[in-house]
Amino acid sequence: MRHERIAFGVMLAVFALAPLVVYPVFLMKVMCFALFACAFNLLIGYGGLLSFGHAMFLGTAGYAAAYSAKVWGFPPELAILFGTLCAALLGAVTGLLAIRRQGIYFAMITLALAQMIYFYYLQAPFTGGEDGIQAVPRGRLFGFIDLGNIWAMYATVFAVFFGGFLLIYRVIHSPFGQVLKSIRENEARAVSLGYDTTRYKLLAFILSATLAGLAGATKALVFQLASLTDVHWSMSGEVVLMTLLGGLGTIFGPVVGALVVISMENYLSQLGAWVTVTEGVIFVLCVLTFRRGVIGEIARLIRRPL
Amino acid sequence: MTEIFGVPTQALFGQLLIGLINGSFYALLSLGLAVIFGLLNIINFTHGAQYMLGAFCAYFLLTRWGLGYWWSLAIAPLAVGATGIIIERTMLKQLYKLDHLYGLLLTFGLALVIQGLFRNQFGSSGLPYPIPEALTGNRNLGFMFLPVYRAWVIVASLVVCIGTWFVIEKTKLGSYLRAATENPQLVQAFGINVPRMITLTYGFGVALAALAGVMAGPIYQISPQMGADLIIVVFAVVVIGGMGSIMGSIVTGFGLGILEGLTKVFYPEASNTVIFIVMAVVLLFKPAGLFGTQK
Repeated sequence: MRHERIAFGVMLAVFALAPLVVYPVFLMKVMCFALFACAFNLLIGYGGLLSFGHAMFLGTAGYAAAYSAKVWGFPPELAILFGTLCAALLGAVTGLLAIRRQGIYFAMITLALAQMIYFYYLQAPFTGGEDGIQAVPRGRLFGFIDLGNIWAMYATVFAVFFGGFLLIYRVIHSPFGQVLKSIRENEARAVSLGYDTTRYKLLAFILSATLAGLAGATKALVFQLASLTDVHWSMSGEVVLMTLLGGLGTIFGPVVGALVVISMENYLSQLGAWVTVTEGVIFVLCVLTFRRGVIGEIARLIRRPL
Repeated sequence: MTEIFGVPTQALFGQLLIGLINGSFYALLSLGLAVIFGLLNIINFTHGAQYMLGAFCAYFLLTRWGLGYWWSLAIAPLAVGATGIIIERTMLKQLYKLDHLYGLLLTFGLALVIQGLFRNQFGSSGLPYPIPEALTGNRNLGFMFLPVYRAWVIVASLVVCIGTWFVIEKTKLGSYLRAATENPQLVQAFGINVPRMITLTYGFGVALAALAGVMAGPIYQISPQMGADLIIVVFAVVVIGGMGSIMGSIVTGFGLGILEGLTKVFYPEASNTVIFIVMAVVLLFKPAGLFGTQK
């Protein structure tokens, strides 16, 4: 526990102080993706379910938040809430279908469902097709905080990220989280102990989708944009990469993974398709030689869970 | 002009033909996935990239060495299959004792690498590949014009699919393969070299993807992304059919291709999504897939 507190303190300090030296928009992007990856990790790291379609929740919430803020004039807090709810709803529907199969099939089903959603958004009139929804107003939070101010926006993303992170932390350490872990380790045994594993898996799926949606809705306000990029399968692959690189089933791994992957994309963006190649190479190396990920390796060195 | 259900027959048969063509590729690709999955327990995410490699291989053979379609049909599967064998020997082999999901992640990474490298070299635009001379032209069937090349693709993929089914279900080699799928240790104890069989199976599955790529060249444009979206549809096909049976993946592949073609005629807005909707429905009522058995 003490190590986790120290790590949490470090993370808090980094995100509180870094904007003094690093471009704040970049940090907000990192925090949005870190929350996205943490939500994804809740499913794979603790429930043992590899979703290959998590982009659909990020993108759906992004579209819903952007549309409600721009067309219906929702204030930012309601836009984020609305986006998150839409993702939760989508999570409930797709979760019901996907948890009917396990392992590899689960991954393929979530990928296929996400692709269906992608094609839907490609054609649907409200998404703006290839252009996406642009120039989304950030509005005034609770009616009086102008999010056009970069520091107000930063504080909001900071609060959303840490709120989501602490919620996930709480869930992992709750009895619910323990049951999830037992399902990951041995589902048959969990069933024999009397747990309705289907319900636990569905709840975990919806929770993960909801938090991914929270990240997506917030991201749409930060960048004032919701686009097809966020629903594409490559985005689903990216969140897998972040989590794998940081450490599957570790608490802080996804944050580190998000930081590394987003930095890489940011600084290598002029290299075009080489970013994809690099990501692929990292995937291969992680799977072959580095399955614990950055945080997983550190945790092994200090012999404490992180 | 004659009509069926208010749709001109020309359009109907045209879309049915396109459906059958797409179905041929779904069947070839899902067959390869099923064969690989049966023995390796790995979902080969690189399949789409290997299909693309087959098409590019044919393109290089034609433009660099002047070797035409028929040569490509033989060389490309061998060449791409060989790269598959290298991948299996050097990387996949290390993952058999781990959770199957690592195989999926590794092959996903490989697909990103291969597709990224080709996109760097060739951009995103498509390259044309000419239809071989012997297969140009159209046949008038009375109710529609049938391009000879398209008829060839359908027949050839049917022959390859049924040939594969025959080898796996009806020959001695196939029985070893099926036995190794059930219980590799026992088959090994009978003196059969299972690791070599696994390697060759992966090579064969990859070669099937490359063969599909060569055949796709003259129909679709050859581009680095040609396999990326296709493979996701093929995954849905695999989920619908269930990976239990070889014949199942062939039938499902063709059937869904035709269904997609029909959707293009009657409700074009859903033509991209119809296969995924079918998948959702099948999952609701028969989670193991139409031909599958749940383990």
